[in-house]
Amino acid sequence: MTVAAAAQPTSSATMFSPRWIADHLSRWPLHIAVIGLTAAWMVPTIGLLVSSFRPFSGQATSGWWTAFANPTTFTISNYTQVLSAGTTNLGQAFFNSFMISVPATVLPVSIGAFAAYPFAWMKFPGRNGLFLALVGLLAVPLQLTFIPVLSFYVQHLHWTTNNLEATGIPGLPWVPLWLAHAGYGLPFSIYLLANFFRALPSDLFESAEIDGAGTLTVFFRIVLPLSVPALASLVIFQFLWVWNDLLVALIYVGGTPSVAPLTVNLAGLTTSLGQGSNLLTAAAFFSMIVPLIVFLSLQRYFVRGILAGSVKG
Amino acid sequence: MDFSLLLQDIPTLLVVILGVPVVLAAYIVGGEYLVRRLPDKNRPQVRPWIWVGPALILVAAYLLIPAILTAIQSLESNNVDVLDPGTWGTNFVGFKNFARQFADFPTGGAWVAIRNNVIFWLIFYTIFTLIFGLILAVLFDRVKYEQFVKSLIFMPMAISSVALGLIWDFMYEYQPPGEPQTGTMNALVTTLFHHDPVSWLQDQWPGESFNLLNNLALIGAATWGITGFAMVILSAALKGIPGELLEAARVDGAGEITVFRRVILPLMMPTIVVVGTTLVIFALKAFDVVYVMTSGNYNTDVLAYRMYNQLYLASNSGGASAVAIILLVAVVPVLIFNLRQFRAVEARR
Repeated sequence: MTVAAAAQPTSSATMFSPRWIADHLSRWPLHIAVIGLTAAWMVPTIGLLVSSFRPFSGQATSGWWTAFANPTTFTISNYTQVLSAGTTNLGQAFFNSFMISVPATVLPVSIGAFAAYPFAWMKFPGRNGLFLALVGLLAVPLQLTFIPVLSFYVQHLHWTTNNLEATGIPGLPWVPLWLAHAGYGLPFSIYLLANFFRALPSDLFESAEIDGAGTLTVFFRIVLPLSVPALASLVIFQFLWVWNDLLVALIYVGGTPSVAPLTVNLAGLTTSLGQGSNLLTAAAFFSMIVPLIVFLSLQRYFVRGILAGSVKG
Repeated sequence: MDFSLLLQDIPTLLVVILGVPVVLAAYIVGGEYLVRRLPDKNRPQVRPWIWVGPALILVAAYLLIPAILTAIQSLESNNVDVLDPGTWGTNFVGFKNFARQFADFPTGGAWVAIRNNVIFWLIFYTIFTLIFGLILAVLFDRVKYEQFVKSLIFMPMAISSVALGLIWDFMYEYQPPGEPQTGTMNALVTTLFHHDPVSWLQDQWPGESFNLLNNLALIGAATWGITGFAMVILSAALKGIPGELLEAARVDGAGEITVFRRVILPLMMPTIVVVGTTLVIFALKAFDVVYVMTSGNYNTDVLAYRMYNQLYLASNSGGASAVAIILLVAVVPVLIFNLRQFRAVEARR
């Protein structure tokens, strides 16, 4: 029995009988607390959402809650302005975020899947030590790695945004960032997948081996198909992590509009438009569209990813 | 925007999405082909390394080796290229970079950032999040619309900290006294408490050397974003407590508060500890919220932001490396704790 079921009032009383009413009334404080806390939690987001549909004159002189008294003033002009203004580069940044997030997800997940398999099902010297090292690396601050990687990129490979753009090869300016995200994402990727692989029943492997299946067949035909839920969690997790990342993008690609993702662009807008600008509200909501769609449609997998490895930082 | 760019880059995206897994699979299949040519007894020795090879190379190149090089850089002056081992030691400055970060206690060097990280953020961010997460998990567990309210609380987890910072910039907006307040927090303060509006992000109450208020404002914003994370994990642990146990306690006449304190809390302690250590790591690495909301001004600096600042604004890679090492040292106790937990779990397997 779940706790939720245990906590339900034992309402064997008939509907609207005095006992039924007493049972339900006694639960009111609970409902008020739950709904009140949730509502309070939503206030910041709702405030920004309402503000983003208010004209500048309203935003500057009165709070967002006053807007409901006068709903005719709602407008989408903030959105049209901020998206059309050439100086904000929001559309470009939105596209850049995709160009950064998708490969930066594919790389660590696919490389991690192959690497996780030996950690789960092959015996080799140093396996436990290496896995322990990966768990340790989950907590290591990325700040520790920026300077040498950056100087390797810039001074030794001459991989600056300008140089890479000058080659004219599409996508090349993001390669440094993709690789960095792959390296940073791998410990978590391997950790989560190896734990999942290990939990698969060993009879599966034994019977497959008796049937004469090689390592490749076992991996591609049994392990991968069974691990789709774990892979889905990891993909969503890594995608949102990269999409929402500010620091790594700031370090490796910086603010050049042609390559900067939405987070960097948005942070730049707070300076260039000034905090409290009406356009900023619309820009902020625009940046949330993709994470919110991903989150709302695939929440189950996202939560599962969080539960599977709550050590990622 | 320029849509021709889009047409040019989308094929690249497809090439990466399809190409990377195909190349990797080809590498593994090719490796397996070679392994099969080996004598029987050598196969199990070679095969794992082919599979983990690419991952180990990337992790070494992006995490392990750079971390070691940063440690070396922190002992050298700025004009050293740490990637060239020939130059190591030529500009050795010992602990000078660290000495500069630790100069002039309590307001000079990195002290403000250290204080904010290891006292304010570590304590308040962790405790607030755990308390809120626990309260929400326990309350929500008792209503039928649990999933719905949970996703609403969890939603801020999906958005970027930059957007989160903007949301809270609007919450904390300040207008001079007498003007209509446009920020929610100041509207509450002025109408409910008849207090003058507060400049939340700048007000260094109770004093400049111990400015709690604006740091708490930042921590509050970050807490709002991460509580859903704590709630989800704690809620899963709560569901794992057998109902019979709670039932038995209630039958014995224990009130709800006693059941919570004597049964639920002790049983959830291991999970609370795991969530707590994760939050401590988050607290020590705090960056985005500070970057967006205050840029570390008004004594709200944190180590991660200071490191960025030293690197880009001050072009001081020696100093930046020293700050990064300080950050690592702060994380190490948590890291060791994590490893111990991990080994304990492994031993039970």
